[in-house]
Amino acid sequence: MTDAVIELDQVTFRWPGHAADTVAIDELHLKSGEHLFVRGASGSGKTTLLNLLAGIHTPTTGEVRLLGTNIGALSPSRRDRFRADRIGVVFQQFNLLPYLSVIENVLVSCSFSNRKRDRATSAGTVEETARHLLRSLRLSDDLHKAPVAKLSVGQQQRVAVARALIGGPEIIIADEPTSALDADNRNRFLDLLFQEVAAQGSTLIFVSHDPQLAERFDRVIELAEHDGQREPAT
Amino acid sequence: MTLLRIALKSARFRKTSLILTIVSIAISVTLLLGVDVVRKEAKSSFVNTISQTDLIVGARSGPTNLLLYSVFHIGSATNNVTWESYETIAERDDVAWTVPISLGDSHRGFRVMGTTEDYFEFYRHGNKERLSIKSGTVFAEVYDAVLGAEVASSLGYNVGDELIISHGLVSADFAAHDDKPFTIVGVLERTGTPVDRAVHVSLAGIEAIHVDWQSGNRSGLQLDAEQALQFDLTPTSITAFMVGLENPALTFRTQRDINDYSGEPLSAITPGSTLAEFWRTISTIEQVLFVMSGFVLIAGLLGMVTTILSTLNERRREIAVLRAIGARPTTIVLLIALETLLIVVAGCLAGVALLYGLLAIGGPFVADRVGVDILLPWLDSTQGLILGAVIVGATLVSLVPGFIAYRRSIQDGLAVRV
Repeated sequence: MTDAVIELDQVTFRWPGHAADTVAIDELHLKSGEHLFVRGASGSGKTTLLNLLAGIHTPTTGEVRLLGTNIGALSPSRRDRFRADRIGVVFQQFNLLPYLSVIENVLVSCSFSNRKRDRATSAGTVEETARHLLRSLRLSDDLHKAPVAKLSVGQQQRVAVARALIGGPEIIIADEPTSALDADNRNRFLDLLFQEVAAQGSTLIFVSHDPQLAERFDRVIELAEHDGQREPAT
Repeated sequence: MTLLRIALKSARFRKTSLILTIVSIAISVTLLLGVDVVRKEAKSSFVNTISQTDLIVGARSGPTNLLLYSVFHIGSATNNVTWESYETIAERDDVAWTVPISLGDSHRGFRVMGTTEDYFEFYRHGNKERLSIKSGTVFAEVYDAVLGAEVASSLGYNVGDELIISHGLVSADFAAHDDKPFTIVGVLERTGTPVDRAVHVSLAGIEAIHVDWQSGNRSGLQLDAEQALQFDLTPTSITAFMVGLENPALTFRTQRDINDYSGEPLSAITPGSTLAEFWRTISTIEQVLFVMSGFVLIAGLLGMVTTILSTLNERRREIAVLRAIGARPTTIVLLIALETLLIVVAGCLAGVALLYGLLAIGGPFVADRVGVDILLPWLDSTQGLILGAVIVGATLVSLVPGFIAYRRSIQDGLAVRV
């Protein structure tokens, strides 16, 4: 029980004024280091599920426990703090702040979380840690000071991974991070993502509509359109 | 990286629209402060049209009327003051000096004022400034004239030129004192007061041109300029006179004495207070100006909010990213309020700089053309209050886009809606 990173228990989420639940999940347990693939078409409540897992929304019924903490019981600002400290997020695209350089985009994570900053400075300065991460994600030093607009989409997604990983958060949430990439780039991106997530021992939740990717994950759940969870596939 | 640095970098990324916003705020701030500066300068220049003169005495009338015809040469006196009354008051022990004024004639639309050399000695304007001669001298002979700056420049007269005085206030050839031309002996520096628009001659000169006139018409007697000098040119009456007292603290006592003068009905006014009172009656204009520039400022601020609101759409991603890395909704509001504050403070600074720039460039021009010296004053408390109100108002207004961003950030969460 103690090593359960994510526990969902009888969770439903319904927007105010809507007739049906957007998300309904009876039970979901993820252990530390596990990789979950969430498959669902658009409109299947993927985004809402991610918002629940990231502590943006709280469930209408049931409990979402992250690292043993009942998220629904926290105040909104405590939830924001929890997310800043414990979670890293990678979006589909437009992950980066256009007015910051590559390395600043990575470092900005640490300016919202003392915990991440402390953990990122355990082996050198924050900058060194950020550079190290960028290098492991195959982003060479000459790109670190560049404006993000100079980067290809694939490179931008890798910067986003570096930002999500810095400070070693226990949970990484990736929302269709490969949808803007071609097949080659997608595989390379996934390799790097798995490699770095594994290096930190983080738990990964990966959302995609692309069933081809599912085979690379420990666990898969599928969200049905307008209707909660179907049978978990393993 | 602090929030301030993020706000600065984000603002720099959208600099074109923000610079335009800053410029529009700067212009409205300049306008608002400029109206205030000009208003105050105009008031002090107006109230100081005449200074150091303790009393102005004329035939009994309202204070404003007496002030208008004696100082501003607007309208005309209801009655004259006899020379005897003038002499009686001039000889009082508490009176230090007097300057008689005789009005009624004109030259091509400019009033002709008969007075004595003492006028150039005792008339003060602004900050106790004396009249100074730009070229030539003050009058010495009966047919000498000293022109105000505006008269000389608009009619193109120079020292040595001759001019003909018309009888009454309208130029009409049939009523010209063309048999007795005056010689211009001096031109005064510009003062920004009605002095600029007056032709100054001696009282004797006024008498001389009227020797052969009776009740506003030529008498049968035709005397040339030389012959007129043979007569006693002491006036029998004058229009008004200025009084300086030995002890200005006793002004009100002397004023009361003159108002109670038994020889004839007279009025004595204190020019400073009458000017200030008169200014109040025309100050509606400045209030209108002030209100108008206030509206310009409101338009500027609304423009700013519009700009910020329109950038909010393109910033939706930015906000989602910030939320994802742990920014609270209140942080987002703060970010937007901070940006607004930066814009407004920059706009205010630019506005003040623009104001000083305009005053530095335009001041000498205004001083030359209008005679009003616009100094480069430090911002006074009203103007400080204006700036403070602008900044506070804008920060409050910025809560509108801030609130919208707040609601969206809660609604959108991690969804980047493009």
